[in-house]
Amino acid sequence: MTKPLRPALLSGILLAVLGSLCPFLWFVLTSFKSQIQVEAIPPTWWPDGSVGFYASALIEHRLLHYIRNSVIVAGATTVIALVVATPTAYALARLRMAGKAWILGGLLCVAMFPHIVIAGPVWQILERLGGLNTHWGLVLPYVSLTLPLAVWILTTFFQELPFELEEAARIDGCTGWQALYRILLPLAAPGLFTTAILTFIYAWNEFFFALLILTDPEHQTLPVGIALFQGEFTMPWGEIAATSVIATLPLIIIVLLFQRGIISGLSAGAVKG
Amino acid sequence: MRENDAMTPSTRDHATGWLMIFPALTFVAVFSLYPAMDSFLLSLYSEFPGSERSFIGFGNYAELFRDPVAHQALIVTLGFVLLSTTLELLLGTGIALVIHERFKGRGWTRAAVLIPWAIPTVVAAQMWRFLLNDQYGAVNAILFGDQVDAYVPWLADPWMAFGAIVLADVWKTSSFAGLLILAGLQVIPDETYDAARIDGATAWQRFWHITFPLLKPALLTALLFRTIDAFRVFDLVFVMTQGGPGDATQVIQFYGYKTLFTEGRVGYGTTISVTVFVALAIFSLFYVRTVGSKLLQREPA
Repeated sequence: MTKPLRPALLSGILLAVLGSLCPFLWFVLTSFKSQIQVEAIPPTWWPDGSVGFYASALIEHRLLHYIRNSVIVAGATTVIALVVATPTAYALARLRMAGKAWILGGLLCVAMFPHIVIAGPVWQILERLGGLNTHWGLVLPYVSLTLPLAVWILTTFFQELPFELEEAARIDGCTGWQALYRILLPLAAPGLFTTAILTFIYAWNEFFFALLILTDPEHQTLPVGIALFQGEFTMPWGEIAATSVIATLPLIIIVLLFQRGIISGLSAGAVKG
Repeated sequence: MRENDAMTPSTRDHATGWLMIFPALTFVAVFSLYPAMDSFLLSLYSEFPGSERSFIGFGNYAELFRDPVAHQALIVTLGFVLLSTTLELLLGTGIALVIHERFKGRGWTRAAVLIPWAIPTVVAAQMWRFLLNDQYGAVNAILFGDQVDAYVPWLADPWMAFGAIVLADVWKTSSFAGLLILAGLQVIPDETYDAARIDGATAWQRFWHITFPLLKPALLTALLFRTIDAFRVFDLVFVMTQGGPGDATQVIQFYGYKTLFTEGRVGYGTTISVTVFVALAIFSLFYVRTVGSKLLQREPA
């Protein structure tokens, strides 16, 4: 049912949408300008539609290379975090165990740690393991950083599934593992998917650990590349804008497609706690 | 095998359960718990690049207590936390009220509002840095148009630069606060408003007397999440100002990073980070104890 929009609501919607999108739209426009337009004072609003900055980002600034690194790191983090978090969440949601509340609470506390407090020792661990300037060296701490949220969201999803299904399976002699993989996992697919999306976004966007662990441009991810963008004489704003648009594009697509899942996933993590 | 048969289902559950939890606990123990404890130990030593590590007890903490740069960083951080979380809760409430209504195109509106949250912080930071650029920036163009002489170098002024960091953070994370508040709105049943509507209460009266009190748990949750997150602000400062001009935007996490990784003063750097950690832990505990227990009493569900 839709009512005609009240003026107050309409202006609220417009403010929220324009405020959210306009600043980034300016960056999108910038990415399609020519160098002369970017350096015009006062600035020009409308681009001439040149794709020169995309070309130079791809060729001179090796954009594909950064994209590849980001895909590897974010992809591996998502897969490993899900594989590790799923049994944990199942056990916390469904099995009779002592100390479950403590483990969940403890995970939430760990998620609140300031990153700087673990950064130094994590760096030293990775140095000893030979993990500095490697993809896996970044994936390991990322898995640890994303696990608390993943476990929380999956636990709430598992708790909402009906107990009867599983009871029947257990009476028929299924073990906990079998009940998890044969019965609950297919039912929890939407929850797994939401968790995967949130984990992927986190790993795709993370900057602090990536900056510390990947000092060699060969392995750096997109956020590090974007933050450390340097021109020879002036800031290459056009290339920065083009790279930023490309780094953001997958996220915009994800948000447009899975807005519903993201909202329910984020609020599940927060409200039930 | 016979032993296994003798086990009751619940003890078998227990074993399976711990096996299932074990990998996650290992990850968290190795890459979060151990590092946090190790940081605390490191903070008791003096260690410079090229010097031997020597135990100095709480010497680093004494130095931190006297360090004017650290005091400044702490004040900047607290100011940032207060200002940004306040604005984010206000705007977040507005966003939540809007996207909670039913209207045509609500899905698109929700997606649009989520985009700042999804954008990498580093991208948001570069974007605001360019928007606020003293020559090519859109903000100057909007405010002053062709009057080029009036253009302001926003990021070169201590107060303006601080404001810019707050602005970028508010733009980026208000929608996240909004989502947490939306979750609170969704659990308020529609009937709650019916009586008030019949009595002729205005929209504002309905919000203030019905929605707001029922929304408090969600608001307090959002406040806790945003406060803890704002304390860790780093990416925006790194990209937009590098802590400058002067030390005007040097937040504590950035000061810790510089001391630890740029200057290589391991002992003192970890002391800064451990102090932040302990302060946050005390704040969170206090918050959950006082606010959290009140919430639980009010809401038995």
